[in-house]
Amino acid sequence: MHHSTRVNDFALKLANVNGTGSASANGLLMTAIFRMGIPVCGKNLFPSNIQGLPTWYEIRVSGDGYQARALDYDLIVAMNSQTYARDVKEVRSGGYLLYDSTWPLDPGLNREDVTFLGVPLAQMCNDNFGNPRERILMKNIACAGTLCALLDIDMKVVEALLLEKYGAKPAMIESNRKALMMGYEFAKENLACPLPFRLETMRENDDKVLIDGNTATALGCLYAGATVAAWYPITPATSVMDAFTKFCAKYRKDKESGRNNFCILQAEDELAAIGMVIGASWAGARSFTSTAGPGISLMNELLGLAYYAEIPAVVIDVQRVGPSTGMPTRTQQGDLLECAYASHGDTKHILLFPANPNECFHFAAKSFDLAEKFQTPVLMLSDLDIGMNDWVTPRLTWDDSYKPDRGKVLSREELAGMAKYFRYSPPDEDFVPPRTVPGVHAKGAFFTRGSGHNKLGVYTEVPDEYQEVVDRLLQKHKAAAKYVPAPVIERREDAKFGIVSIGGCDNAVREALDRLAERGIAADYMRLRGFPFDTAVDEFLMRHPYSFVVEQNRDAQLKSLLTLETAVPKEKMVSLLYYGGFPLSAKNVVDGVSKHLQEVL
Amino acid sequence: MPSIVKPIASHPSLLRNQLGLTIRDYEGSMSTLCAGCGHDSITAAITRAFHELSTPPEMIAKMSGIGCSSKTPTYFVSGAHGFNSAHGRMPAIATGAAAANRSLVFIGVSGDGDSLSIGIGHLAHAIRRNPKMLYVIENNGVYGLTKGQFSASADLGSKPKKGDPNRMQPIDPVLLALSLGATFVARSFSGDKEQLVPILKAGLAHKGMALVDVISPCVTFNDHEGSTKSYLHTRQNTMRVTEMDFVPPEQEILAQISAEGKTAVTMHDGSVVYFTSLPQGYDPTNRQGVYNYILERQGKGEIPTGLLYVNGDSAELHELNATPDEPLVSVPYEKLTPGAAALSKLMESFR
Repeated sequence: MHHSTRVNDFALKLANVNGTGSASANGLLMTAIFRMGIPVCGKNLFPSNIQGLPTWYEIRVSGDGYQARALDYDLIVAMNSQTYARDVKEVRSGGYLLYDSTWPLDPGLNREDVTFLGVPLAQMCNDNFGNPRERILMKNIACAGTLCALLDIDMKVVEALLLEKYGAKPAMIESNRKALMMGYEFAKENLACPLPFRLETMRENDDKVLIDGNTATALGCLYAGATVAAWYPITPATSVMDAFTKFCAKYRKDKESGRNNFCILQAEDELAAIGMVIGASWAGARSFTSTAGPGISLMNELLGLAYYAEIPAVVIDVQRVGPSTGMPTRTQQGDLLECAYASHGDTKHILLFPANPNECFHFAAKSFDLAEKFQTPVLMLSDLDIGMNDWVTPRLTWDDSYKPDRGKVLSREELAGMAKYFRYSPPDEDFVPPRTVPGVHAKGAFFTRGSGHNKLGVYTEVPDEYQEVVDRLLQKHKAAAKYVPAPVIERREDAKFGIVSIGGCDNAVREALDRLAERGIAADYMRLRGFPFDTAVDEFLMRHPYSFVVEQNRDAQLKSLLTLETAVPKEKMVSLLYYGGFPLSAKNVVDGVSKHLQEVL
Repeated sequence: MPSIVKPIASHPSLLRNQLGLTIRDYEGSMSTLCAGCGHDSITAAITRAFHELSTPPEMIAKMSGIGCSSKTPTYFVSGAHGFNSAHGRMPAIATGAAAANRSLVFIGVSGDGDSLSIGIGHLAHAIRRNPKMLYVIENNGVYGLTKGQFSASADLGSKPKKGDPNRMQPIDPVLLALSLGATFVARSFSGDKEQLVPILKAGLAHKGMALVDVISPCVTFNDHEGSTKSYLHTRQNTMRVTEMDFVPPEQEILAQISAEGKTAVTMHDGSVVYFTSLPQGYDPTNRQGVYNYILERQGKGEIPTGLLYVNGDSAELHELNATPDEPLVSVPYEKLTPGAAALSKLMESFR
C-alpha cells in the first residue's frame, strides 16, 4: 500500500456517451459506496439529449461529509473519445486517467504528471459477449469492476446490489456479474490496486438515505394531501410528477373502491397546468403543479389572478439555466425575481427555498399550509442539482400528528349562522379574509374575479376601494414573513463579515466557510429559506460591515431582492456569482471571497 | 365587470320548481351589456334551463373567461358560485375545479375570442379530457369590449363596420369540436329560445363536455348589412336541422309513450333526448355523418342548428381518471396520507 494513501477523500469523474448504459453503472458505484457507510455525493452532468452526446458523472467521496462538487479530480474515467482531450486536461496533477486501451491513445494527449491506466474494455466485452447491444452496455459494468478493484469497493455490496436490481432476470445478473469480474480481475492482475486514494467502510449512513430532491418533493405533496396535480412535461421538473404518480399508484388507491384518490392531469401547456391548479384549489382541493423557469414564464398571467383573487396554489419550480430555453439540463438559480413578482401589476408571492431533499420534502408539504393559510400562490424554488441528483440525506420522517392547515375556510355550520358573507371581509390579524368553497352552503356563494373588486368582493373601479384591497394584500404578504421557514444562521467567533446564500449553494458555502476558517478567515453564515424576509434577515445584514451574497445567476437576483425588500443599503452586500450551469463548488466561493479580500486590502 | 343589483320581485303566480324556487331565484344582476345584445337572450335561456332542471343554485359553478360573453355569469343565478377568470383560460380552470369536486354542476360561458383565439388550445384539450360541463360559446364574430375587431369565427367575406371584408378562413367551433371527438355538439341562435332551452338542459345532463355554439349577434359592432353574424343574416340562413325535446328522468315513462317511433338518446342520469324531427338519413349519433352533413349545408350558405351530435355514453374526466364517486374534496385527509410508518418503510427502498 502506498505511503500517502488517502482514505475516503477523493473525487472521480466518469466521462461517458449518453444512452450506453453508463447511468446504470454509475448508479451502481454510487450506491455501493453509500452502502459502505461512506459519505458520498454524485452529480450527473448530462446533455439535453437522448443518445450519443457526452455525459459525465462525478463522484465525490468525503469522510468529512462535504457534499458540494469537487473540482480536483483524482481519477477520470475516459470512456468517451469525443471528450477525451478535454477529460485528460481535467485530471489533477498526480492523478490518474483510466481509458479503454482497445484502441491506441493519441500520443499528443499524453501528460507526464498523470498516470494512464489502460484497460481493454471493448476488447474484453467483444470477446465475451455475443449480442452487440450487450457488448456496449457491459463495457460500463466491466469498467465499474475495474474501479471496484482500484478503489477497494466492497464486492459483496456490489454483488448484493446486482441481485436486488436484476433479481427477476437471472440472465441479466449473469452477464453483469461476468462483466464486473472481468474488469475486476484485469485490474487485480495488471494494475497497482488499490490506488493511493481508496475507500474504507464507515458507519456514517445508518440513518441516511440516497434520494433526489424531486422524489422528496413528490413525497411532500403526497403527505400534504394534494389530490389534484396538473403539469406539463419539462426538464428538470418532470421527475417530480413521475414520482408523485408512482407514489399515488402505491398509496392512494382507495382500499374499498380501488379508485384513485387523486387526479393527475397532464396539461396542454403550463398556462393550463396552473389554471387547473387554481380551479381545483378554488373548488377546495389541495393542488399543485411542478415546472421550471420556462413554465413559470407562462404561468405569470394566472399567478396574478390567484394572487389578486386570493386563491391558494402550490408551484414547484425546479430551476434550470435560462433565459429562454437556455440549458435545460444544467442548474441555476435564475428564477428568483421572476417568481417573487410573477405577473403584471403589483404582485408579490411567497417563496420557499429548500437546499436539500429533506427540505424539499418538508417545504413542499409546508407550501400547501402556507398557500391555504394565506390564500395565495406559494412557489417552492428547488433546482436541477437538488432535484435530479441523488443525495445522501437523513431519512425522511413524518409526524402523524400533522393536520393540514386549511386556513380560514368557512364550514357549513359557520355559514348557516352568518347573516351575510362577504369574500374579502373581515380580514384576520394576518390580513387574511374568510374563504368559502363551492357547494358547501348557499350563503357561501360569491363571484370570484380577477377584475377590480372592493373589500366585499364586488366589482369596482373606484380608486379608494381598489387601493384598500391591494393594500391589504401587501400587508398579508408581509405577515407571511414570520410563517415561512426562518433563515439558518451560523455564527463563528471573530467573524469579520457575513456570507448570505440560498438553496443549492448551501453545501459549497458551508465547505468554503471551513476552508476560509482554516486560513484564519472567519465568517458568519445566513442561508435564506423563505420570502418575504423576516426581520432576522435585516439584522444579520446590518450586524456585519458587509456580507457576500453567493448565488447562481448573472444578475445578482438575491442581492436585488434583498435590496428591494429590506432596509439594508446595497453597499453592504458583495455579490459572488456563479452561473455557468454546473453546481457550485467550495472553490468558487473561496476564490471569490479571497479575490475580494485581496482587492480591498 | 360592472353590474347593477336587480330587485327581486317575485309574483305569487310564478311557477315553482321541485325546490320551490321561481325563475326569479335563478336570475342574477342586471345586465350591463348593450340593449338588444344576443348574450342577454342566452342568459335568459340559461336561467330558464336551470330553473326547469331544479338545480340547487349553490351547487352551480359558473365559469368564464374574459369578454362580453364572459361577463354574463353575473347575470344569472346570483346564488351560484362564479369564477370570472382570465382570457381564454376558463376551460383549464373549469377542468381543475371539476376534477376537485364532481358534485358541482359546471357551466362555462365563453365567446368566440375567448374560445377560438386566445383559448383555443385549452378548449381543444378540455374536449379531449371531457369534464362534465355545459360549455356555451356566445358567438358574435367580433371583439366587443375592444370595439369591433374581427374574431376567428368571422366568416369569409363578412363585412366589418369599417374597413375591408374578412378574407381569412373562419374557425367553426362545431366542426372543430366534432373533429376533436366532442361528445355533445350543438348550435343554436340567441333569438331561438324555444330551441336553445332544451339543448342547454340536455347539455347539463350530458355526461361529459357539452359544447353549444350560439350565434349571438353584436348589436353594436356586427349587426349591419354585409355582416354574416347579424340578426337578419342569422334569421334568414339558420336551418333547424334537428328538433328535440329534453325529458328529465322522472317524466321518462310518460314521454316514452308519446315519443313512439322517434330517435331517442338516453343520458347517463336517465333523462332522454327525443329527436322529434330529423332530416332523412340523419343520425345524430354518427359523428362522421353529422360532420359531412354540416359541411355540405354550410357550403350552401346555410347555418344548421339544433343538437347536432350526441354520444350518450362517452367516458368523462372522472371515468378517464378512475376517481371515486365522492368528490376528491370530500376525501378525508386520513385517507390521503400514507402515514409515518409507511414512510419509514419506504425509506428502506432508498438505501
